[in-house]
Amino acid sequence: MSDLAALTAQALTEVAACQELAALEDVRVRWLGKKGVLTEQLKGLGALSASERPAAGARINQAKESLQAALEARRGALAQEQVERELASGTLDVTLPGRGEEPGGLHPVTKARLRIEAIFRGAGFEVAAGPEVEDDFHNFEALNIPANHPARAMHDTFYFADGRLLRTHTSPVQIRALKAHGAPIAIIAPGRVYRNDSDMTHSPMFHQLEGLVVGENVSFANMKAALHGFLKAFFEKDVGIRLRPSYFPFTEPSAEVDMSCVFCEGRGCRTCKHTGWLEISGCGMVHPNVLRASGVDAERFTGYAFGAGIDRLAMLRYGVNDLRLFFESDLRFLRQFRTLGA
Amino acid sequence: MRIPYGWLKEWVDFPWAPKELGARLTMAGFELEALESAAPAFSGVVVAQIVSCERHPQADKLQVCQVSVGGKETVQIVCGAPNARAGLKSALAVVGAQLPGDLRIKAAKLRGVESQGMLCSAKELGLSDSSSGILELPPDAPLGEPLRDYLGLDEPVLELNVTPNRGDAMSILGIAREAAALAGVPVTGPAIEPVSATHGDRLSVKLEAPAACPRFAGCIVRGIDNAAPTPVWMRERLRRAGVRSISPAVDVTNYVMLELGQPLHAYDLAKLTGGITVRQARAGEVFTLLDGREIKADPDMLLIADEAGPVGLAGIMGGERSATAAQTSDIYLEAAFFAPAAVLGRGHRMGLVTDAGQRFERGVDPTGQVRALERAVALLKSIAGGAAGPVTVAESPQHLPVRAPVTLRASQLKRLLGTELPRVKVTQALNGLGLKVSEEGGQWRASPPAHRFDIAIEADLIEEVARIVGFGEIPETDAPVPQEFHALPASRPPESILLESLAARGYQEAITLAFVDPQLQSKLFPDTPALPIANPIASDLSVMRVSLWPGLARAALENQRRQQDRIRLFEHGARFEVRGGVTREIDSIAGIALGRRLPEQWGLDKAESRAVDFYDVKADVVALLTGTGAAHEFEFRAERHPALHPGRSSRVLRGGKPVGWLGELHPQLTASIDFTYPPVLFEIDAEGLAAQRPTYVEISRFPQVRRDLAVVVDESVTLSSLTERVTLSASSLLRELRVFDVYRGPGLEEGRKSVALGLIFQDISRTLTDDDVDRVMGAVVADLRETLKARIRE
Repeated sequence: MSDLAALTAQALTEVAACQELAALEDVRVRWLGKKGVLTEQLKGLGALSASERPAAGARINQAKESLQAALEARRGALAQEQVERELASGTLDVTLPGRGEEPGGLHPVTKARLRIEAIFRGAGFEVAAGPEVEDDFHNFEALNIPANHPARAMHDTFYFADGRLLRTHTSPVQIRALKAHGAPIAIIAPGRVYRNDSDMTHSPMFHQLEGLVVGENVSFANMKAALHGFLKAFFEKDVGIRLRPSYFPFTEPSAEVDMSCVFCEGRGCRTCKHTGWLEISGCGMVHPNVLRASGVDAERFTGYAFGAGIDRLAMLRYGVNDLRLFFESDLRFLRQFRTLGA
Repeated sequence: MRIPYGWLKEWVDFPWAPKELGARLTMAGFELEALESAAPAFSGVVVAQIVSCERHPQADKLQVCQVSVGGKETVQIVCGAPNARAGLKSALAVVGAQLPGDLRIKAAKLRGVESQGMLCSAKELGLSDSSSGILELPPDAPLGEPLRDYLGLDEPVLELNVTPNRGDAMSILGIAREAAALAGVPVTGPAIEPVSATHGDRLSVKLEAPAACPRFAGCIVRGIDNAAPTPVWMRERLRRAGVRSISPAVDVTNYVMLELGQPLHAYDLAKLTGGITVRQARAGEVFTLLDGREIKADPDMLLIADEAGPVGLAGIMGGERSATAAQTSDIYLEAAFFAPAAVLGRGHRMGLVTDAGQRFERGVDPTGQVRALERAVALLKSIAGGAAGPVTVAESPQHLPVRAPVTLRASQLKRLLGTELPRVKVTQALNGLGLKVSEEGGQWRASPPAHRFDIAIEADLIEEVARIVGFGEIPETDAPVPQEFHALPASRPPESILLESLAARGYQEAITLAFVDPQLQSKLFPDTPALPIANPIASDLSVMRVSLWPGLARAALENQRRQQDRIRLFEHGARFEVRGGVTREIDSIAGIALGRRLPEQWGLDKAESRAVDFYDVKADVVALLTGTGAAHEFEFRAERHPALHPGRSSRVLRGGKPVGWLGELHPQLTASIDFTYPPVLFEIDAEGLAAQRPTYVEISRFPQVRRDLAVVVDESVTLSSLTERVTLSASSLLRELRVFDVYRGPGLEEGRKSVALGLIFQDISRTLTDDDVDRVMGAVVADLRETLKARIRE
């Protein structure tokens, strides 16, 4: 009996020396198993007298408990070490690329167009559309551009054998929308337009934005506010504008809209040809002949219309310096615009 | 329109320097496109005279000239110009001179002979695009004077853009009127005196088409020296305005046109037969124009004719037969008014854009003919001498344009501009532009001057007022925002979402031209008629696309050439279908994919690294279709398409109606178009993508049971016929049917395949028992055996 303390000390030493869970189990079996050393000690209690038995039993149980506690603690520690070893071996290189598809993206002109649509929708405009293969009436005649009109020469129109044509501007949508919905109306009509012209700054197909607002008292002052408001919203900048008198057969008065250069803030740079201004849009008050051709009472209603190049707006917004890049479908170019939204 | 500053200043005394003038005119509607000097920068060039010329000892074409610049000494210049001759005054670039094009003049030896400078041609000085010899200056040119001072070459020239409604502004006078209105000063200009006739000769003029030509003025000038040199001041003004000097008669007519806006024509009187008739062309009438071009006149063209036939295309160009030449002595000067409608488009039709035509078709002052003749006769006499006869005018007054007064309501002015302008400013603006104005009861009545063809309605007056007052004076006023609530139909998904969903699957949007190469298109669509463009920009861009595929194929090919090994492009746009003469514009979404199935990356197994195939792209298409909320309405049906691999081509149908195609490019096309990988293409008409509003279907709270089934069927049994049978026979307990393997090969008979199906059962109101499921599976197996001769693999 006197060696119980020594036995306990030896058992605890063995526990502390265990480096693996399996070894720990062996220790437990050797000391606490059915034939374990301490178990045998308990069995030896029978040889003692009844008066000695309780105290001896209590001592053995105490030894057992302290050994069990030590085993438990050691098991916990070894399990934790094992988890940590496993985690360490499962460590990834988080800088390796992810697997699977990579996203594509929208065309910068589409992005600009969607942005324009969102801005105008927010201002209460609806988005309208019209055919790209047009007839002479909608593209010219109804817009106050009769046959032989000098303005036709500026349009470089693509024709089909039967006299139809590819629309040279989005303005025919003015006529179609007015005929379909009448006044009052507030629409924009973005779309593809075509002119027989191709060089550094011209593509035979490009994108225009048409705007039309007709109501009972729509004024030039409203038009200025709308154009200025749009440009500020589109460029997210407090750009300045100026309107210069110009000529379009379908508006009277007519104006060109210049915007302070977004690159140099009007100080003068290469983009604005050192004028500080960028020509950005044509606009004017809808000509009474156009209202009449669309079945609108030209005495009761007034309105304004404007047109702008979407490609140009996109070029200015994204810093693209060559229009042709938009239509070359070069993936190295297109991939640069893979942001969500505009 | 090129406006030399000094010439304009002669007509109106405005207080502005050239730059400021340009800015003012720009803001009045005449955009300043360029402001430049009458000559590019050069220095060290002086007036000089050739004293003597000798043949160069070593070179036939060179002369050795002794040239004086006014002092006693002469300088020796070697010169190759054919017109270098003793006595000629010309321009000498002395040693150290700086010429345009960064040319510095140094003393040099030319074939062994010393040359102390260079005698200059107009081209070398940047005064013209070509020249045939050195500059010829008049005998009174002061020797030694810097050429820039002598010719006034530092004069600024404004290049203005005149809009097509303002024919009246295509002259010095026209711009002077604008500047005067802006500055509030009168138009002055040189005095123009009536012609004092010194003989009575006149030509009879018959106006046979008085509506087209209601006024025709003429004057005979006899005994001119048309070989006389045009004075340098006039030559320079012509040059600065962009017109070449030819002879006194022609130069004077051009000068007056540039100055007053009235085109003139000079006929060699000796070459005219009898009087003048202004008439419509007869069908098929042929004659030769001044530029040597023979034209066949259309009946809607107006001709000037004498008794021998046409001598000019009215208002556009004179005829060759009556053209003046150096030896011409007697001329007939014409100044007519041709109605714009009689000239419009005629020149353009023949490819003839002339200064006269541009002015007449925009509108020439119908009252300015006599004045123009007076100016021309006076100038001509001062240059080439001669004796003028009386100015004769043939006219048809009732056909002359009438400028009806136009009413401008103050209320409408305010309504249209959105601001109220002071009354006096309105009256001033209109008066300043030469309108006769009276104001009464809140409105103005304004009669436009004869030269303004563009003022006919109230809006025109509003524009004039706003233009002169300045658009900058009009405030920016936000429109009242009406509350209008527009329905947002579920059937039209926002375009951005449609496009972004394809982008999310790796496709990059492209925008290709709507006209394509007919050769490529007919390779892909040999049987589909396309709409040809009558005047295409290039032969490989000459038909409208019937599909977005030709453009995408070309774009993909170009990217392949740019060494892109994986290409996924899509486009959204119209394709143009022609059927029975009717063109339909069909809004479509199409895509092309070729190269690797996934971007090159680590950790892919072999199957995942292969090239993209039909089924990969089908998943993209189905993702698009799933967005409609009606994926079950779509069907893929094997159908041949000339552009596609006959065994890998599918129609896409929605509710039985074709809405698109999906397939792999035909191997022959893949080879002939030169693709490295076979591209897979799809095209879905946007109409077929109309979405449905989703509605909730109750979710079962009871467990689901899965049973797998390997079915061996003939190759000819499509998956859709297999699933159709399973769905029919499985009862409503079948919640989902998955295909998780398709196997061919060892263990199967030739021509048979094994399809592994996963059937998932679930009931909405109770837990299914094995018996329930066994019964259904039994029915499915029996049906497959019977209808598809299927064998069930254990």
